[in-house]
Amino acid sequence: MHHFIDRRANPKGKSLGNRQRFLRRARENIKERVDRSVREKSIGKGESVPENGEKITIPAKGLKEPRLYHGPGGNRRHVLPGNKEFVVGDTIDRPQGGTGQGGRKASEDGEGDDEFSFTLTRDEYLEILFDGLELPDLVEKATVETETIGTRRAGLTTAGTPNNLNLVRTMRNSLGRRIALQRPSTKSQRELEAQVAELEELDARSPSQEDLLAELKLKLDGIRRKRRVVGYIDPLDLRYDTFVPEKIRNSRAVVFCLMDVSGSMQEREKDLAKRFFLLLHLFLTRGYEHTEIVFVRHTHYAQEVDEETFFYARETGGTIVSTALEKMKEIIDERYPPDEWNIYGAQASDGENFGNDSVRCRKILTEQLLPVCQFYAYVEIVEEAAQMLLDNNEAGEDLWQNYRQVKGEVAHFEMQRVSEPGHIYPIFREFFLPKVKG
Amino acid sequence: MQTAKSTATPLFTGPEWTFELLEKARDAIEKIALEDLGLDVYPNQIEIISAEQMLDAYSCVGLPLMYHHWSFGKHFARDEALYRTGRQGLAYEIVINSNPCISYNMEENTMAMQTLVMAHAAFGHNHFFKNNYLFQQWTDADGIQDYLAFAKNYIAACEERYGYDAVEEILDAAHALQSQGVFRYGRPPKPTIEERRAMQQLREAYEKGQSALDIWTDVTLGLKRDMDAPDEDLDHSERRKRMNLPQENILYFLEKHSPVLEPWQREILRIVRMLAQYFYPQKQTKVMNEGCATFVHYYIVNKLYDQGLITQGALMEIMHSHTNVVMQPEYDDPRYSGINPYALGFAMMQDIRRICEDPTDEDREWFPDIAGDPDWRSVLRNAWSNYRDESFIQQFLSPHLMRKFKLFTLTDDETHPQLVISQIHNRAGYKTIRRDLAKQYDLAYIEPDIQVSDADLKGDRTLKLTHTVRENIQLAEDGRDEVLKHLRRLWGYDVTLSTVTTTSG
Repeated sequence: MHHFIDRRANPKGKSLGNRQRFLRRARENIKERVDRSVREKSIGKGESVPENGEKITIPAKGLKEPRLYHGPGGNRRHVLPGNKEFVVGDTIDRPQGGTGQGGRKASEDGEGDDEFSFTLTRDEYLEILFDGLELPDLVEKATVETETIGTRRAGLTTAGTPNNLNLVRTMRNSLGRRIALQRPSTKSQRELEAQVAELEELDARSPSQEDLLAELKLKLDGIRRKRRVVGYIDPLDLRYDTFVPEKIRNSRAVVFCLMDVSGSMQEREKDLAKRFFLLLHLFLTRGYEHTEIVFVRHTHYAQEVDEETFFYARETGGTIVSTALEKMKEIIDERYPPDEWNIYGAQASDGENFGNDSVRCRKILTEQLLPVCQFYAYVEIVEEAAQMLLDNNEAGEDLWQNYRQVKGEVAHFEMQRVSEPGHIYPIFREFFLPKVKG
Repeated sequence: MQTAKSTATPLFTGPEWTFELLEKARDAIEKIALEDLGLDVYPNQIEIISAEQMLDAYSCVGLPLMYHHWSFGKHFARDEALYRTGRQGLAYEIVINSNPCISYNMEENTMAMQTLVMAHAAFGHNHFFKNNYLFQQWTDADGIQDYLAFAKNYIAACEERYGYDAVEEILDAAHALQSQGVFRYGRPPKPTIEERRAMQQLREAYEKGQSALDIWTDVTLGLKRDMDAPDEDLDHSERRKRMNLPQENILYFLEKHSPVLEPWQREILRIVRMLAQYFYPQKQTKVMNEGCATFVHYYIVNKLYDQGLITQGALMEIMHSHTNVVMQPEYDDPRYSGINPYALGFAMMQDIRRICEDPTDEDREWFPDIAGDPDWRSVLRNAWSNYRDESFIQQFLSPHLMRKFKLFTLTDDETHPQLVISQIHNRAGYKTIRRDLAKQYDLAYIEPDIQVSDADLKGDRTLKLTHTVRENIQLAEDGRDEVLKHLRRLWGYDVTLSTVTTTSG
């Protein structure tokens, strides 16, 4: 009549429905926090969304579950255990806080009553960040990696060069061998020597002392002999690290964030651009062991800046896009040799450019940058009202037209117009989804 | 009864459990539980679950099937965070009052812990659920699984039909009134599943019969239809009689009499109050239930050890865990967070056995009925069947135990500048301390006493609630105001809460 059931293999996430309702309920608050966290987040310092989710704290208002319960005060009697010295009639002061409840316990999770902290999974975070876009399995994406020759550790050997001697292993073997073969310790030898010396110093020795001396000497000889035979370190103990040469896939990537910071780029435009850069960086940190990020801003001239300046400093001037591309090329030549680095370019602009500079941009891109880049993405941030531009890919200014030509020629170049966060994602989806092989 | 065979081979020696070992251990435990202790249990369904599933179960108040609500998701998020950061461990087991009796055992438990957990939950709690009068009278162990399945499906169907927001609004309001959704004194009628379905179908059919132009009036409310015509102006007392007033079960009252709720919303209120009622006995028997289960596992594992069926190592491991569970920190210990029901319950059960087996003169004076009773097993079984925490403590807490726990009463009168030690564990104090402690477990005393006192459906339709204040203890304001908002939503018209003060305790 009794039986056991193994439930461990049951589908997981039974409470997923509850979780979704919870996120739905708190959506407004969560969205606000996520948006704020993006603004506060530094892309460069590796502060993008952590692998195991993002902890966020939202106001508990709206998440309270009110009940009718007794407040403090009134006339109560508490029965407590552990009386030590009290007798009837003793009085004690009320605990601080004066609630008469015997001092309320600090809230368990170290947060106030007014706030609720929990962890959003990475996918939930991204979903909220990019307005409910469905995310494909990011792991499936095909990042490209360059190859170089390097060395890899390949265990231990008994022969090698002294600089590869593995001390820890060697000493461990030595210790094991010494214990196994019962090599007398230096300490025991010293003690015996001291005893012998003490006895020898005596002028007149009794026969029993003579016997003892002879016995000790014999013992000492034995110890000395054994210590000679069983060496402290024996060639048997030696272990060396070995390395084998290997083709390694380059796991370093650098992202160039290029942005137009002329007066027409306002808070909204920069916020969108930041999400765009953040997402690219996010994709890459999953794919590469090490990623670096370079910020290049430009007006009518380009300069490399830190993240803070990049997003928040104000700058005025004209707009010459090609300066940024040249700057990028310059930095690549200086610091990021393409055979060691996977290079990604991301450019955000409002689409304006000076005179016929756009043609120049196209040339730099196709001739110099795209051949060394794994991927180059361009987003043009347009007015929310500019539906005409969003719908029609063919319409657009000089820069857009020239970039369209580039796109026609090069496969790993993507461009997109965006006016809200939801538009940003498709660029990545197109590029990173596993390509159907023809 | 089996005589001790110290030469028997142990059931298991290593820490790893397998299903064969679990079965062997369960059979050995069952033999002692049924033949020696004389327990009477539902068939057991023991389920092995993972830590994540345990967290799932936590968030859904331990039930195997539960309708979806955001608050469960919130609890899950909190429990998970606490668990992952190591600030909160997980229970070794969860047991459900159902027939068959379902208990969840964690897969991480060692074989020794599984043995302990089986003795504790599958036999200790199980016996208590099956035999205690509160559970027998107020819960339906045979039907709970079906009812939960029904509730889950029903609420899912409502979400589908009326949208998440509409359902959430009703559930939020109903949850806020959960504690006011139980019958404390009068026994509710107990419809079967079939009856419930029929009733629900009736309501649905009625709803479909309504044309879109019909507005809900009190005439359309089922209960009022038959008695409506002749009495245009019922007088106050007659009205109260018709509506069963005063009514302590606010959810029940709203379900039957709210002028604005639709049938499906009434059904949701009903689901919430049925579950509240199902859990009500557990709230009233924490000390006894845990005391019973802890006593049973303690007795059984010691018997197993005496019979040579578990090794000394396993016994030590079990005792280590047992000791942690029954630890009672003193009031000035930083770990103190109230009286530990495991500690008090276990100590009282052991004490009853002691009074039967080895009574002192004091015991004979205090417990003339049981002191020296040769059959302590039946004394305990009788206690487990016929008491709840409050009456159990009032009846069985001995001076011996009060001394052991060094109990004292602290009087906290708001009007008095300081706290006063009013009783300590001496001859003069035993009776008062015992009464005070029993009162601490009396839900009627702990929970605010709020009743529906009047609702004039033909007049201004204000719902009048009365809070009977005892000992000058008022309701917490933030909770009160929020709950009243929910109440207004369910009632549709104004709701007032007045206060009546009693002088007696």
